[in-house]
Amino acid sequence: MENVATAAASSQAVAKRLKKRYAAERRFKALGFGAIALALGFLGILLVTIFSNGSTALVQTNIRLDVTFDAETLGVSPVNPSADELLRANYGGVIKSALSKAFPDVSGGQRRQLYKLVSTGADLPLRDKLMANPGLLGTTVSVWMTAGADVDMAMKGHVSRKPGVEGNRLTDAQLGWLDELEKRDAVTKKFNTTLFTTGDSREPEQAGLWGAVVGSFFSLSVTLLVCFPLGVATSVYLEEFAPKNKWTHLIEVNINNLAAVPSVVFGLLGLAIFLNFFGMPRSAPLVGGLVLALISMPTIIIAGRAAMKAVPPSIREAALGLGASKLQMVTDHVLPLSMPGILTGTILGMAHALGETAPLLMIGMVAFIVDIPASPLDPSAVLPVQVYLWADSPERAFVERTSAAIMVLLFFLAMMNLAAIMLRKKFERRW
Amino acid sequence: MNAIPVTDTRLSKVAARDVNVFYGQKHALKHVDLEIRANDVTALIGPSGCGKSTFLRCINRMNDLIENAQVTGSLMLDGDDIYDKTIDVVQLRARVGMVFQKPNPFPKSIYDNVAYGPRIHGMARDQSELDEIVMNSLEKAGLLAEVKDRLEESGTGLSGGQQQRLCIARAIAVAPEVILMDEPCSALDPIATAKVEELIDELRENFTIVIVTHSMQQAARVSQRTAFFHLGELVEVGDTEQIFTNPQHPLTQGYITGRFG
Repeated sequence: MENVATAAASSQAVAKRLKKRYAAERRFKALGFGAIALALGFLGILLVTIFSNGSTALVQTNIRLDVTFDAETLGVSPVNPSADELLRANYGGVIKSALSKAFPDVSGGQRRQLYKLVSTGADLPLRDKLMANPGLLGTTVSVWMTAGADVDMAMKGHVSRKPGVEGNRLTDAQLGWLDELEKRDAVTKKFNTTLFTTGDSREPEQAGLWGAVVGSFFSLSVTLLVCFPLGVATSVYLEEFAPKNKWTHLIEVNINNLAAVPSVVFGLLGLAIFLNFFGMPRSAPLVGGLVLALISMPTIIIAGRAAMKAVPPSIREAALGLGASKLQMVTDHVLPLSMPGILTGTILGMAHALGETAPLLMIGMVAFIVDIPASPLDPSAVLPVQVYLWADSPERAFVERTSAAIMVLLFFLAMMNLAAIMLRKKFERRW
Repeated sequence: MNAIPVTDTRLSKVAARDVNVFYGQKHALKHVDLEIRANDVTALIGPSGCGKSTFLRCINRMNDLIENAQVTGSLMLDGDDIYDKTIDVVQLRARVGMVFQKPNPFPKSIYDNVAYGPRIHGMARDQSELDEIVMNSLEKAGLLAEVKDRLEESGTGLSGGQQQRLCIARAIAVAPEVILMDEPCSALDPIATAKVEELIDELRENFTIVIVTHSMQQAARVSQRTAFFHLGELVEVGDTEQIFTNPQHPLTQGYITGRFG
């Protein structure tokens, strides 16, 4: 009788314990799920903010004007002007007269406000147009011209178009002309090619990312050329050849520590060594790439060693047992088998380098540079620094362009990660 | 506890004299004297940790790879001192091939697995010679019939037994004089084991084979000579038949009758 009683009691206790265990498991799962949901939520908010802010930068307000290529206004000879003359001609005057013609009743004092409707950079496309086709001289053509940044903001609804609202950068008169232009169907939004084809500018509507994209490309090329061979060679030596003693251990520990050093410190190192000691050019992608190589090297070494560690020792034994030398073992077996891991590590290191800002500020890459670099020795910006510069600019129109620049940066990062995944899939082998 | 002297007049291929192996402070192999005769299968048996694999790995200097392993004494291969400074390890391993416990084909095609050794040793002058070596080796390893239509497929896609025979083909492709086998059947099922054992018997014609095994039945089936190791010492060596029917040493008797091990 007693036995039965204790058995029943113990089975009850077991059931209770089981219930508790399952409850604990459920709680743990719920917490984990919650954590992931929270993280995804924040990521979603971030992406939605960036895209909703940045997507408007993909279009740009244009204004249509009937432009007369009047030789007198341009200041060129009316018959067969030379290319040099056309190059230096006064296209701004042509635009001004076109605006005056569109709004004939605007008096002298207000004209200056009127001229601000069109971007100060709108004369360059006119010049290109006329130089490509000199026959247009003396004729009147209808041309879409980039609007000024304040007009652009008003058209996109970033600032109010109601007259007299505070913070409104357009005067009541300018708003009136804008309404009038809209009535004439002379205002539209077109794809913002400027953003993707030109360098930086103080005028938001003329500012582009291409200089920064090219700068980033040059910097990362230098980084890859320097740190891939060095990183792989280091990891091969440390993993396969180096004796395991306290010196190699010390080196290992230091490499791991290097991966955790704040990147701005590497920038200072670059400033002291590459600029001050070796006298390399300031703001150049060459120096930026070298500094970024210092930053991504530990990542590549650590990833490379992990990938080589994952190659089964039996493969090494098989190669050595056949009479392969150690170098043959590495080049014929260990490296091919660990290549996916090494490449993944390299691309992640590169992605890290692409997003670095602080160390590049130290070596002068924060300078305002309009020209698109032609070589790694030319002064240049890079994408994250361009984001930093634009975020720092007071003009309202740079807000959306900052987000657009972030979108471009994120696009390249996503592409690099995709490449890492594809390389891993392609080279992955089972044994 | 010294080895029984070699009474047979047949040529000894590998001769060990007073071989000691230390792993750091650990004395893993103690004063081993052992003659391995040409074209015999010599089985090394004994309980785990008795030093039989250590001895095997001395013969092609695979112990060199282990940090702080130290070998003393003399090991001769056809009169050449294996541990002489002038001996090139790469050349030595071409003369003394090895088959491992777990089948370890390279994750390459079946053809490339076998061709790897001849390629690194420059044994073939052209593609047709290489083809011939590969086909011969696969044939000798009894694998050709099963794989001849899929030489380009990965060696890792074969079954365990086929993989092990591929490893044997890979080892004989470099034309070694001695083949060391470290428990080659321990990861195989009985049918695959039977095939490999049959193969070992056929290979005896051309190669000298030293095999470490935990299975006394296997030692009895495939070997002509058997050496029994215990706690790093060579207890007894003799003709396999004699060892299994009339062991001289009580330890050997205890082990083969299953009283310990």
